[in-house]
Amino acid sequence: MYRYDSYDQSIVDARVEEFRDQVQRRLTGALTEDQFKPLRLMNGLYLQLHAYMLRVAIPYGTLSGKQMRKLGEIAAKYDKGYGHFTTRQNLQYNWIKLADAPDILAELATVEMHAIQTSGNCIRNISSDQYAGVSADEVADPRPWAELLRQWSSFHPEFTYLPRKFKICVIASDDDRAAMKLHDIGLKLVSKDGVIGAEVYAGGGMGRTPMVAPQIRDFVPEEEIISYLEACLRVYNRYGRRDNKYKARIKILVHEIGVEDYKRQVEEEFAHMRTLGLNPPTEELDRIRAFFANPAYDTGLDEEIDLADPAFALWVDRQVAAHKAPGYAIVNISLKPLTGIPGDASAEQIELVATLAEQYSLDELRVTHAQNLVLPHVKKTDLYAIWQKLEEAGLAEANLDLITDIIACPGLDYCALANARSIPLAQKIAQRFAAAERQAELGELKLKISGCINACGHHHAGHIGILGVDRKGVENFQLSLGGSGAEDTSLGQITGPGFSEDGVVDAIEKVTDLYLAQRESGERFLDTYRRLGMKPFKEAIYG
Amino acid sequence: MVEFLSFRDGETTQEPAVTVESFTGQTNATAVRIEAGEDARELLPYLDRLSLVEVNFPAYGDGRGYSAARILRESGYQGELRAVGDVLVDQINAMRRCGFDSFHPAKPLDDAAVDRALNRYADVYQKAIDGRQPVWAKRHPETING
Repeated sequence: MYRYDSYDQSIVDARVEEFRDQVQRRLTGALTEDQFKPLRLMNGLYLQLHAYMLRVAIPYGTLSGKQMRKLGEIAAKYDKGYGHFTTRQNLQYNWIKLADAPDILAELATVEMHAIQTSGNCIRNISSDQYAGVSADEVADPRPWAELLRQWSSFHPEFTYLPRKFKICVIASDDDRAAMKLHDIGLKLVSKDGVIGAEVYAGGGMGRTPMVAPQIRDFVPEEEIISYLEACLRVYNRYGRRDNKYKARIKILVHEIGVEDYKRQVEEEFAHMRTLGLNPPTEELDRIRAFFANPAYDTGLDEEIDLADPAFALWVDRQVAAHKAPGYAIVNISLKPLTGIPGDASAEQIELVATLAEQYSLDELRVTHAQNLVLPHVKKTDLYAIWQKLEEAGLAEANLDLITDIIACPGLDYCALANARSIPLAQKIAQRFAAAERQAELGELKLKISGCINACGHHHAGHIGILGVDRKGVENFQLSLGGSGAEDTSLGQITGPGFSEDGVVDAIEKVTDLYLAQRESGERFLDTYRRLGMKPFKEAIYG
Repeated sequence: MVEFLSFRDGETTQEPAVTVESFTGQTNATAVRIEAGEDARELLPYLDRLSLVEVNFPAYGDGRGYSAARILRESGYQGELRAVGDVLVDQINAMRRCGFDSFHPAKPLDDAAVDRALNRYADVYQKAIDGRQPVWAKRHPETING
């Protein structure tokens, strides 16, 4: 894992002091709320329906046990004992007092964490694959690139007042576990003639105008990635729309001028940028890479897992993935208990996972865009002990990628932007489909719920997506089918008129029944939908 | 409180700045004002005769002026580069990094706050226009020529 040096630490510490000063000015009335708003927004602090919400960055989703423990301590000390893991590998506290915010940031800084640029029209937390470094199919570990980009994007002098927020994702596998093409810029590491570089995709995103990012370059060598991204950002900063915040994301620019014209402008700017000496020397990426070297894996480990306990066997089958090192496995911890809130974890649960990471996972864990947690380096012989501890803590749900592994935004229960409540709906769906056999029968089925058109719950990318809207003061839910945030990225299509909360649960049951009746061997829900098209599903729902 | 700030040695330019359109149509003006959305590169043929470029920030959140400033500096412009309009203390540091060397904000700034803002960060992560060594250069002094 990356560790701060004195430079990194001094920058984060300086930010804490700057923010303390700004909060002090607000508390004494020297700053009005209007003046304070842009300052707090640069630091992940939102005024929500009931309190301030603080969004903490978990860069590229990687954490140590100590960092996780600190997140739990903060939840216990300053919040109501919970943290909410988001679809952007961030953690949100929903009940923060303004006066406490600087102290929270100071506590985070002691474990090399921050909330820098977790909001505002700037480059946000860099996201990545939760299996980075441990999956067998990656070209290289994407996290050194992500860390290089974290540093480059922090307090960037030219790109801090962009037309709109800007999200970058880095992956390095053919299997896309991070919805790379639904980011403003997506990088996929590839190897060309033995040299590592990136394919670049630009102009993806969700929100009210979802788009899948087209490729704008098939290879940028690693030593030029910074100057290339400066070119991408400069064209966007200069020409992205600023007249309408709903048309200000880079996807609209790329769409309006056309991908070829955007590419041409970027190439022209890049030709200029690469002469300016903006790229760190290769030694810097090497320095960062050294932090992500393979940990010292034990060898000669037992590959056998004793599956005598059926509940454990079910969990292993669903939650455990292949690790590149012999005798090791990747453990997915579900934050989707059937009666819980998707992505929420209590301070005690966070503490437990921190301890498990220290004891069993070489002091490392990950958070996923699907709002789950991962222990990336677990000996197969330790799986049973881990499962027992997770079970005691209510964290042993075996539903990864199943219909109850629901992504949901905080919705109207917390969020000032929401039109509808996502959480109660997620719970109703989870209860309707609670039976383990039924979930297993349905197989991989990614269900995603957003409480408003901003699409924080990634509904466009759901095999089944639900969007909450406000219809004359009544919550109404639109259903869409056929989205995917994986390597086969696609956007869901709306089925037709919306539903009440109960109505949409019934409609989901109708489409899943149709799937079970019509599927061919080996087909997932998404495959059957793609083969049959919308028509039969529509008839099943409204017919 | 200060109404005008300059980080240049010697005199600042007093000549009123004209619009880009009017500037490119005449031969004797030496001061020009770029509005947000105007292309700074239109000025590149005239950098030798310019002594002042004003870049207007209609709202602090409109960041186009940062790119305009860098483009001018990257192209060798040495004259005065002045940020005007909705220029707040919290943006001064980034503006300095992008090459602005004078400021005429719509509302006066508190000098002490400006000092604090400019000195808050001892280290920076990017190479920009202000000549500050980025952290990566400090980490690898052997790789930096000159």
